[in-house]
Amino acid sequence: MKESPVWIDKVFSFLAHGAAILTLLLLFAIIGSLVIGAWPAIAEYGLSFLWHSEWDPVQNKFGGLVMIYGTVITSIIALVIAVPVSFGIALFLTELSPGWLRRPLGIAIELLAAVPSIVYGMWGLLVFSPVLVKYVQLPLQGLFGDVPYLRVLVSGSPVGIGILSAGIILAIMIIPFIASVMRDVFEVTPPMLKESAYALGSTTWEVVSKVVLPFTKTGVVGGIMLGLGRAIGETMAVTFVIGNFNQLNSLSLFEAANSITSALANEFAEADPGLHQASLMYLGLVLFLITFIVLAMSKLMLNRLRKSEGGKS
Amino acid sequence: MSMSAAAELQMSRLAMHKRRKLTNAVALMACVCAMAFGLFWLAWILIETIYLGLGGLSLAVFTEMTPPPMAETGGLLNAIAGSLVMVALATLLGTPIGVLAGIYLVEYGQKTWLGELTRFINDILLSAPSIVVGLFIYAAVVAPSKHFSAYAGILALSLIVIPVVIRTTENMLSLIPGALREAAYALGTPKWKVILSITLKSARAGVITGILLAVARISGETAPLLFTALSNQFWSSSLSEPTASLPVTIFKFALSPYENWQKLAWAGVFIITFGVLMLNIAARFLFANKK
Amino acid sequence: METKPSSSEIEKMKISVKNLNFYYGKFHALKDISLEIPEKKVTAFIGPSGCGKSTLLRTFNRMFELYPEQRAEGEIFIDGEDVIRSKLDISLIRAKVGMVFQKPTPFPMSIYENIAFGVRLFEKLTRVEMDERVEWALKKGALWSEVKDKLNQSGSGLSGGQQQRLCIARAVAIKPEILLLDEPCSALDPISTGKIEELIHELKSDYTVLIVTHNMQQAARCSDYTAYMYLGDLMEVGATSDIFMKPKRKETEDYITGRFG
Repeated sequence: MKESPVWIDKVFSFLAHGAAILTLLLLFAIIGSLVIGAWPAIAEYGLSFLWHSEWDPVQNKFGGLVMIYGTVITSIIALVIAVPVSFGIALFLTELSPGWLRRPLGIAIELLAAVPSIVYGMWGLLVFSPVLVKYVQLPLQGLFGDVPYLRVLVSGSPVGIGILSAGIILAIMIIPFIASVMRDVFEVTPPMLKESAYALGSTTWEVVSKVVLPFTKTGVVGGIMLGLGRAIGETMAVTFVIGNFNQLNSLSLFEAANSITSALANEFAEADPGLHQASLMYLGLVLFLITFIVLAMSKLMLNRLRKSEGGKS
Repeated sequence: MSMSAAAELQMSRLAMHKRRKLTNAVALMACVCAMAFGLFWLAWILIETIYLGLGGLSLAVFTEMTPPPMAETGGLLNAIAGSLVMVALATLLGTPIGVLAGIYLVEYGQKTWLGELTRFINDILLSAPSIVVGLFIYAAVVAPSKHFSAYAGILALSLIVIPVVIRTTENMLSLIPGALREAAYALGTPKWKVILSITLKSARAGVITGILLAVARISGETAPLLFTALSNQFWSSSLSEPTASLPVTIFKFALSPYENWQKLAWAGVFIITFGVLMLNIAARFLFANKK
Repeated sequence: METKPSSSEIEKMKISVKNLNFYYGKFHALKDISLEIPEKKVTAFIGPSGCGKSTLLRTFNRMFELYPEQRAEGEIFIDGEDVIRSKLDISLIRAKVGMVFQKPTPFPMSIYENIAFGVRLFEKLTRVEMDERVEWALKKGALWSEVKDKLNQSGSGLSGGQQQRLCIARAVAIKPEILLLDEPCSALDPISTGKIEELIHELKSDYTVLIVTHNMQQAARCSDYTAYMYLGDLMEVGATSDIFMKPKRKETEDYITGRFG
């Protein structure tokens, strides 16, 4: 048998190792370039950038509070809507759905996850927001318009764009992700454990809420954080409907606002390569760091569940 | 247990039972509603996209360039071509790196610190905001060269391809049983050959599925192209020019107040959605068949 | 084919199975089983793997209902009521029939909560009453002395044998009348197994115990009556001493003497 030269093995191994190292370097390169690009703004403002809201390209004064606020609030709204719905969907897929329906429904949810975000954005602006005005915003204003404290949240003229709209569109976007992770995590529960609870006479809801959920809670939280990470970093779905308004005049959910991703999408290409661009880079850096932390925590939690069960993910 | 105690127990069970049954029914009904809720959005979005998209679709869309606002005619030819070229080249660039790194994770780096770290970092990159990738390439390529180009767009897209391909390659290769590899080694096969001719070959369908999914993913990405390839109203004759792409064009047209642009935007959205869903279904089919 | 264990005393029959057939999809797993189970005695089910003994056990609390491709036809009377066709809600039926599984399955909660979980489904007890019930159940499960100082610790922190006794205590806490034990010692070491076998002797004074085991010696040690099953058929059932010393059928004798299985 002809022996192949040893050097092929070495080269191949080198290439494989190199590709892995490249991935690592990529992360550092991204962080590095963001820091370098943002440096003028970091030097100028320091950490106070994070809580100043004045954003004025003309006067060269920048503060990131409006965008950071927009990103955080829309993501929270998205989670508040998406988490219970995803939980319900995951429960349906694992416990309630008849066998023949399970695969098609699972595929439907995964297709929802594959739809590009620009579709969500466009649909959100041109189809959904008029409907939102008529069926959600006006009624909400009617309901809470006179309630002290709450009325602030629904003030302003409802035109269908703003924080609430962006939050809802984001929710629809992240539901498939969170639902898939929750479903995978519920399926890891040992059947014998569920049968033990059923054998005691529990109803399906009791088994799920009192046994399955505590058993999988680490994984469930990990999945939620994964969805949060996606929501925070989403550009297109948010940009269409958030309104691109760089001021925070009121706490109303109906007001136009801005998010980090939306500000970047709209302003970066034409930004003045000085403090303006550097401030946008600074925002990008903040965004990346937030998502990094959220995703790292999510990963740790999902790994913890996987290890303690020794099962599939 | 005495007779009266038994009867008392049974009465307690029955009394609590109604409430438990009600809670159960309500909770499960809520789950059904959640499922219907999810499907409702999918249906609404797809139906509107099809309806409005087909409305704007015509032969001209595929044969004419992007028009100025309020023009009579026009299409999306340059945008479609730009997307096809950039997606193809980004896939070509990112796939070998992704597959090699995936091979590393399974065949060389199983319990090493480098392997663990790479896996961890890769999962982060997988879900990282794609607009940040655009910023990175801007800082690394566009700013120094002082112009936007398709090259920059291709680089940005390839950075999104790589983590997706790494993840799917790793998953697929891990499914191949160790016994298969051992049989090959036992014959005296060198490692590189075991990997390429045995392991990778067996996982071929799954890996290709992963590549298709990556293609679907970058076809719809807008943010990474916004400040790398930018856009172009006309035909780009070389890769070092700013190049139109379908997602960016849609972005520009949809947010405008011009009706002809909005119509084209819907047509573009339809084409992208259709393409992405077809790729996903094809990937699924391919994998299911080969299993 | 014997359907009644022959005995010298007149015994009350707790469970009466009539013409039970069970299917996994198209596979006919239990073939026309009829038998009677006497009250407050231990009845063991033995037979080679795949003979249907676990399947039979799981029909008594309709555990098969969780899986759509499994179905049962026939009648199973518990205290005169047909549980297969009963109009009573399944959770009330399961309150009367407790089950312990092959592997210990402590819930992800403290030892106290493990026991309280089942009780809370059916009874509203004050804190004091619940404490008493937990203690009573753990004593019935021969676990009280070992855990009375650590009731708030997680159930999964116990050893395998202790966990299984916790599961027995948990099943007993809701005051069932029948206990189904599906190979309860198969995952345990010999010492824990011995403790559980002792426990079974005590439990039968209050409960009708059905135990599935692939260990013939265990059946000979623990049970009053034994049923031998093979490939879905009930081959022979009788007093344990009869089955093991003077079996009526050649198939039973072949299995007992280890000629196969």
